[in-house]
Amino acid sequence: MILLDSQAIDGLLDRMADELATMLPEAANPPCAIIGIHTGGVWVARALHRRLRGRIELAGDVGTLDISFYRDDFSRIGVSPRVRPSSLPFALDDRPVVLVDDVLYTGRTIRAALDELFDFGRPSLVRLAVLVNRCCHELPIAADVSGRDISPEHGEHIKLSGPAPLELHLQERDPGTSGIKEQTPTP
Amino acid sequence: MNPQLDKDGNLRHLLEIEGLGRDRVVQILDTAESLLPLTERAVKKLPLLRGRTVVNLFYEPSTRTRMTFELAAKRLSADVLNLDVDHSSARKGESLLDTLRNLEAMHMDMLVIRHPDSGAAHFFATHADPQVTVLNAGDGSHAHPTQALLDMFTIRQHKPDFAALTVAIVGDIAHSRVARSQIAALRLLGTGEIRVIAPHTLLPADIDRLGVKVFTDIDHGLRDADVVITLRLQRERMQGADLPGSQEYFRHYGVSSERLALASPDAIVMHPGPINRGVEIASDVADGPQSVILQQVTNGIAVRMAVMALTMGGERTAAQEPGT
Repeated sequence: MILLDSQAIDGLLDRMADELATMLPEAANPPCAIIGIHTGGVWVARALHRRLRGRIELAGDVGTLDISFYRDDFSRIGVSPRVRPSSLPFALDDRPVVLVDDVLYTGRTIRAALDELFDFGRPSLVRLAVLVNRCCHELPIAADVSGRDISPEHGEHIKLSGPAPLELHLQERDPGTSGIKEQTPTP
Repeated sequence: MNPQLDKDGNLRHLLEIEGLGRDRVVQILDTAESLLPLTERAVKKLPLLRGRTVVNLFYEPSTRTRMTFELAAKRLSADVLNLDVDHSSARKGESLLDTLRNLEAMHMDMLVIRHPDSGAAHFFATHADPQVTVLNAGDGSHAHPTQALLDMFTIRQHKPDFAALTVAIVGDIAHSRVARSQIAALRLLGTGEIRVIAPHTLLPADIDRLGVKVFTDIDHGLRDADVVITLRLQRERMQGADLPGSQEYFRHYGVSSERLALASPDAIVMHPGPINRGVEIASDVADGPQSVILQQVTNGIAVRMAVMALTMGGERTAAQEPGT
């Protein structure tokens, strides 16, 4: 079931870019970097990068993080069968960073991403932007900018498909349950 | 059933290439590829094996294998113990099983073992506590799986289409655990043609069953090869009878630049080390533009990290019964 089509997502991305533009320094030295978390986060990061380019000074390419080697459940589930190399085509020291993911859920992915980020260097600040902010976080981690708050039923899974068109799907693991509680967008 | 895998089919130990299957070999190589860029970071470390203890137990001399296993474990944040057997109680007659029980009493999580007897790694894997992972770092003339994997990784970097490749392995096949594991790995990856080049005295008795083309004339064997793997003459494993003189060996089976010219113009030259210059390989070939010998060493770190990460992650279920 499609939760948000590409047009709706474009609207959310436009608003997220506007919020980020007011939040980030217009010019920084070194310029701000946008870093996406594999796989959906990278698609969202590229979309935000396209929208912010020209409005604020940005590092040329989007960075990508695969946090598989930093997950806290390694001893339970092992290494992901498809790990891609992380790639940050810029030095991180003293650079403002926007970390981007598709869905913020437990917060554990973001914790792992922050751990990995700081193994590359010491950014001057890190902001978190997510397309979907989902209940319920398990760590004291919150997004600075989010597209929409969505709270599906327990056992339901939100998945972004892409890179083009970007569509948000709700996958029901248990076909018996239905319905999602949609909340008003964060101001 | 395969003692390397647990009941759910996860890799628990790495003892030999045989029985791994193509997909698992490719997964190891892909994981190693993701680990390779780690050296470009400010912090060259990953947290995967934080709080785990890795013991390097080497009953034979080793430089590259031992150091890269140690570095791989440290890059994964493990605590590493190196047991120098020459200065240990094994010299006083302690049995392998007693050594194992003592290391278990120290709560080790992973044992990296090199031993002159074929089957030593299997012995440890069979008798070790279920929580302990055993990696074979070379047992007798049986297997050296991480060497074969890092060789496949290096070949793949240069020539990714194994089906189109002709790979020639030159030298002492009979005593070489490296050759045995390489042949198994090359076959799993669907290599177009695998050749071995050696005098009859340095070919193993079961060579016909290995699925390779045998050449006793190196000039024929090297023709149009895409990958030339040279092997060390293993004097320590030879009886007097099959031991040729070094100069005579080089004259008949040494890889010289003249001979390398018979291979494909963009052929790569490999050697597991340590190299005997002027015996199995000429210095100008070992140091030449087609040599990837030092890349093999660097790749060994990432490949060993991948094997450690894949064997140590995930829930443990009981190992499959060996030999059933």
